[in-house]
Amino acid sequence: MSSIIQFVTRLIQGQSPSTEVHKFNGGVHPTGHKEESTTHQIAKLAIPEKLTLPLRQHVGHIPKIKVQVGDHVLKGQMLAEAEGTVSAAIHAPTSGTVAAISDALIPHPSGLPDMCVTLVPDGKDIWTTLHPTDWRNSTKADLVANLRSSGIVGLGGATFPTHIKLRADGKSHIHTLVINAAECEPYITCDDMLMREHADEIIKGIEIVQHLLGAETCIIGIEDNKPEAVSAMTAASAALANTSVKVVPTLYPSGDARRLIHLLLGIEIPHDKRSTDVGVQVFNVATVLAIYRYVVFGEPSLSRIVTVTGNVASPQNFEVLFGTQLTSLIAAAGGTGKDTTHFIMGGPMMGFDLPSSEVPITKAANCIIAATPTLFAPPPPAMPCIRCTRCAEACPVNLQPQELYWFSKSDNFEKAQDYNLFDCIECGCCTYVCPSNIPLVQYYRYAKSEIIAANRTKEAADLARERNEFRLARIEREKMDRAQKHAERAANIKTETSKIEENVAALKTETEKAVSSAGTDEEAQKLAKQAAIAAAIERAKAQKLATRPAEVKSADSQENPAAASDVKTTAVTDEQAKQDKQALIAAAIERAKAQKLAAASAGQVPKNTENISSSAQAEISEIDTLREKAKQTISSKESN
Amino acid sequence: MLTALYIMIGLALVLGVALGISALAFKVEGDPLVARIDAILPQTQCGQCGYPGCKPYAMAIAKGEADINQCPPGGDAGAHALADLMGVEYKPLNAEHGTPKPKSVAFIDENVCIGCTLCLQACPVDAILGAAKHMHTIIASECTGCELCVAPCPVDCITMQPIAETLDNWKWRYPVIPIKALPATGSNAPL
Repeated sequence: MSSIIQFVTRLIQGQSPSTEVHKFNGGVHPTGHKEESTTHQIAKLAIPEKLTLPLRQHVGHIPKIKVQVGDHVLKGQMLAEAEGTVSAAIHAPTSGTVAAISDALIPHPSGLPDMCVTLVPDGKDIWTTLHPTDWRNSTKADLVANLRSSGIVGLGGATFPTHIKLRADGKSHIHTLVINAAECEPYITCDDMLMREHADEIIKGIEIVQHLLGAETCIIGIEDNKPEAVSAMTAASAALANTSVKVVPTLYPSGDARRLIHLLLGIEIPHDKRSTDVGVQVFNVATVLAIYRYVVFGEPSLSRIVTVTGNVASPQNFEVLFGTQLTSLIAAAGGTGKDTTHFIMGGPMMGFDLPSSEVPITKAANCIIAATPTLFAPPPPAMPCIRCTRCAEACPVNLQPQELYWFSKSDNFEKAQDYNLFDCIECGCCTYVCPSNIPLVQYYRYAKSEIIAANRTKEAADLARERNEFRLARIEREKMDRAQKHAERAANIKTETSKIEENVAALKTETEKAVSSAGTDEEAQKLAKQAAIAAAIERAKAQKLATRPAEVKSADSQENPAAASDVKTTAVTDEQAKQDKQALIAAAIERAKAQKLAAASAGQVPKNTENISSSAQAEISEIDTLREKAKQTISSKESN
Repeated sequence: MLTALYIMIGLALVLGVALGISALAFKVEGDPLVARIDAILPQTQCGQCGYPGCKPYAMAIAKGEADINQCPPGGDAGAHALADLMGVEYKPLNAEHGTPKPKSVAFIDENVCIGCTLCLQACPVDAILGAAKHMHTIIASECTGCELCVAPCPVDCITMQPIAETLDNWKWRYPVIPIKALPATGSNAPL
């Protein structure tokens, strides 16, 4: 009812709906703590002694390293190039020498080390050749392609590669560009200070982004707790038509992209759609400034503004080169006060505890808070859920956190997904309001990573099944092929052996005929011998055929490399056996010839025959003497 | 009386024909139960269950020849899922078929490998790359960790390496409340 009255009054007053802020459900009001770090201007941190640049500084694929240990690199030189679609390049933040490419501790909640490039600066800070672009006279495609090597990622903390968001996908037309300057998390003031000091450059960056996206209008959303930033941006945005600054009430998490779109435009994006599907694209202010510096001056993403606050002597914002060690940043802020237990990266709502102070500043590091037990009291022990549904009232995504908690706690992941667990933005509002102090977001994170891991395992299992089935099919096919070849070969052998058998039979009958018709015994014997030789040759042929299957096998093995090695050895032995056989056959033929000769010349009975001629006997004796001589010469040679 | 009989016979005929046609038109290829069991099994293809692969084991379960607790890589969760699907009582894993181990992948010491191809023939998912008298190597992303290649190796150059935790497979832990020892005071100090 009240909304209808509001709508009617709005109509009467003639207010256009676009100037109205559309509130979203839920949200919380944590204490701001922003004043501490806004008293000083942004200070530039000196070049440190060592820079450790993790390759994993963005969402997506790990970039490919382009340098080697010992290489001297210049400021702005690419150290690793983007690989795959979703990836970003890494550049040398200053000139120096690559000292190591190895695993080092990175700022990550796991505390696990990851691949980093360690650079030892030479202190000269010499720029590499930069390539500024005349963006007004370049094609959009070229500009976006260039941005791929800029290393620019979303500097609001999400670190999504920027060039992908600027790509024209051809599906949806972007009509509104939203600049996210809400900065709703407590303690963080880096965007606030950036807007106060660099408003003009940000507006120039907006012009480029608007040109690239083809967006007709641009709205800069700033929370009302940053009046200086609002006035600076309003003054600067006057230079640009269709660009307006819209002040949104301070409410956490209005800096979430979907919440901000809802606040500014009144559009609620369906949970399974992207903002581009409704014609809106969102960029963080710092990202827009980085785009400006890259396009106009050719400077890649080398540094960012980091808020150092909490229990430090002088909380303030610094412009920090990526890879700077946290310890030198803390030292620049005057060092930590006593009782500092640990450091938090990001805000107190969504940030995480750093595993150590020996971690580098990355593209995601918007804020470092030195924590003490007084600033962040350890949470009291969690009590059972009383189903008060305060979390549901606070949830900006309109989820049912109490149900999600129930299902996540009991590992009922299917049900948790039914309640749209993956729409949870992990803003921490539910944990903030929970009267039982239940670490709700931790349960959701746990459930999400378990589901992601289970999906990965499932994918791997499906792949294994597919590969196993393919392998079994392949083995079956090979078996069939072999069986077919064997069958063909066997059929051939059968026909050939039957032919040979026929030949043998024919020979037999012929010789029998010849023997019966032969006049003398000698002739008959000769004929019989000839017939026997012919039969033997035929038999040898048949035997040769029989050995062929082995050759077939070796032919098979060429298709089956697995069996190749043992078949090779069998082939080798086969060949040797063949040679041996041939030698034996030759020797036998020689012997037969000698016998024949002896029989012909002597006409006498040799050792195995009845009658042999005297001349043959003489020859035999001659051969015997020759043999004796040969034996003697051999023995004499051996004795020598 | 007769009309009623005719109506019933007519109905029976019409329904019979309709059922017959639908049986042909909506015929289910293969055994859906086997596919559902196979979907639960981890596809390691290790044969620890006593069958030559996950599918044969799934078929044996479907036929009632095999028990649901013979798959160590599936772990306790797998046994629970199979019990739910088959509508039988959950049974703890049968130790005869081995015990669950942390997921590992095979690793070939390439300096020792003689290129005998024996592991290639043993791998159920073709995850080993190599040729006769050439060095072999494991495609780690395809390896199921079944250990079938370890035994045939004549030079024992294959070892199983547990998958280490990296940033790619790191998971958020289940929230636990740390228990702190309170400093001993006069009243509750241990005696």
